[in-house]
Amino acid sequence: MSAVVDPKGPLAGRKVLLHDMCLRDGMHARRHQFTLEEMTRLASAMDDAGVELMQVTHGDGLGGSSRNYGFSKHTNAEYIAAVAGVLKRARISVLLVPGLGTMQELKEAYDAGARSVHVATHCTEANVSPQHIAFARELGMDTTGFLMMAHLNSPEGILEQARIMEAAGAGTIYVTDSAGYLLPDGVTARIRILRENLKPETELGFHGHHNLGMGIANSIAAVEAGANRIDASVAGLGAGAGNTPLEVFVAVANRMGIETGVDLFKIMDVAEDVVVPMMDHAVRVDRESLTIGYAGCYSTFLLFAKRAAARYGIDARDLLVELGKKKMIAGQEDMIEDLAMTMAKAQGRFEDAASSLAAEARG
Amino acid sequence: MAKIACALIGSGNIGTDLIYKLRRTEHLEPVWMVGIDPESDGLARAKEMGLKTTHEGVRALLPHIQADGIKIAFDATSAYAHPEHNRLLTDYGVTVIDLTPAAIGPLCVPPVNLAEQTALGAKNVNMISCAGQATIPMVAAVSKVQPVAYAEIIASLASKSVGMGTRKNLDEFVYTTSQALEKVAGAKKGKAVAIVNPAEPPLIMRNTVHCQVEGEPDRAAIDASVLKMVTEVQKYVPGYRLVNGPAYDGDFVSIFLEVAGKGDYFPPYAGNLDIMTAAAARTADVIAAGMLARVEVAS
Repeated sequence: MSAVVDPKGPLAGRKVLLHDMCLRDGMHARRHQFTLEEMTRLASAMDDAGVELMQVTHGDGLGGSSRNYGFSKHTNAEYIAAVAGVLKRARISVLLVPGLGTMQELKEAYDAGARSVHVATHCTEANVSPQHIAFARELGMDTTGFLMMAHLNSPEGILEQARIMEAAGAGTIYVTDSAGYLLPDGVTARIRILRENLKPETELGFHGHHNLGMGIANSIAAVEAGANRIDASVAGLGAGAGNTPLEVFVAVANRMGIETGVDLFKIMDVAEDVVVPMMDHAVRVDRESLTIGYAGCYSTFLLFAKRAAARYGIDARDLLVELGKKKMIAGQEDMIEDLAMTMAKAQGRFEDAASSLAAEARG
Repeated sequence: MAKIACALIGSGNIGTDLIYKLRRTEHLEPVWMVGIDPESDGLARAKEMGLKTTHEGVRALLPHIQADGIKIAFDATSAYAHPEHNRLLTDYGVTVIDLTPAAIGPLCVPPVNLAEQTALGAKNVNMISCAGQATIPMVAAVSKVQPVAYAEIIASLASKSVGMGTRKNLDEFVYTTSQALEKVAGAKKGKAVAIVNPAEPPLIMRNTVHCQVEGEPDRAAIDASVLKMVTEVQKYVPGYRLVNGPAYDGDFVSIFLEVAGKGDYFPPYAGNLDIMTAAAARTADVIAAGMLARVEVAS
């Protein structure tokens, strides 16, 4: 479809690499149960619509399949190899969170066909990532340093962390709004300080969640401030209220003259005909995902909090607000059930062996 | 009473906390601390507490081993540096307690297999990892009741308590801890995850243990075995606490722990440092008792 372009717009002519998240962040919303057929059908449709880079792994990345985060239907290597087999043009990226995934698993992903990686750390802990970043570069992979829960660090702090990743060899640095908490000015401040201080050849990216409905506005703010990579997912399939909806971003980009290389009507069809029918639940701003954005919680906590709330008779929103206050970060899903049990005990509705010890200690 | 002289290799968080733990043991006396950074706080503390110190690495210690009668050394450097340290020290007849994830020697968790390891007389004993020390007793407690097909642990550590050595060794931490869940705790398959949380004020170390058992979980027996093991660990780590659980869901048993430290070199939130140093001190103390008993028999 021919774009309705404003040739005089301030961002006209800027190129943005759209990085699809359906097959990784979307795995959260599917409880990591995508079949290989679903993955390859969706990947192939996105490839055909012009999406150049797509992330394929368990929602928590390499090493993610577990009791704590959910066992995936297939291994990461199986998913990656299957998708690599159907792509004509697009490349595959993976997520690697040090402490969960390892370099051994990155090598397996590379062997299966992955050529790009997001090495992810909490936004204050970049110094757990240099080994993994250097190893990814040794493999010749397109390597991104991915600073999660970016609202929990100041722009200056984000810069300091980004420098660690850049020095280790990351060619791209991402500001990652895992909680969907940031507002456009917060995104602008973080991307701008990176653009002004990192090497000019270092690329910048933004990963948004739509919990406060800010996915598109935040992504545009990032582009204005100097980002040239945007994570988004078709029909928004992702954790929490989902990621920045990719087809909506393409429409807005077309209006502004930003070049994405993605065909708008084709990607609308992928959203409507392929992704929406694959959803287990409507990925939208509901009361819990809105609470996540409002309280600054990790978006992936959504389904875990709903399940723990139902099991222990707690309001999921109370759980999420408390988890936000306790500054729980990516990967601490275990603390959701733990907190639900503690809250249920305090309300006198639940007991376990630990309660008997606590009672003894009180004498 | 006679004591066994010890050296501490590495003047970081773990090495420095160990001085405090060793001074409370029955049979150990910390005599030397070895670092590589003349400015390190650990070396300054060691000097204040009357230890001999060098900032020139392990080789600078070697000429003093015989004169100062050093029989046990603790290596709290890194998995990369450990093999060389171990070779140099064991050449001088020193027994090495390894607090890095290098895992050259047998893996040791005091309430689970210390007696077995000391009976074997290993010259190098590995303490696995903080998460291993915190969670393996629980997995072992479950596997005493019925077979554990799969054990998974998640350790959350306060950022301030995680030094550069650990940060550079996260993969080794994952591999070594996962293997230890199998070899020491008896799980058929093990998986370990580490989370570094920067919250202020720092959060006390948390550990979650998920065990998938074979067959229907015997709840009463598992509860009793877990509670008993908690008291065993509390003997050398008083801040070890069962917060929630065991929780049962199908064939999964989940146990939620907190480990508060004694507050020696680091504040109590750093239970991860404490459980490593306390376990290492306990292990070395038992080895030292064996050494002293052999001396008595010989004389």
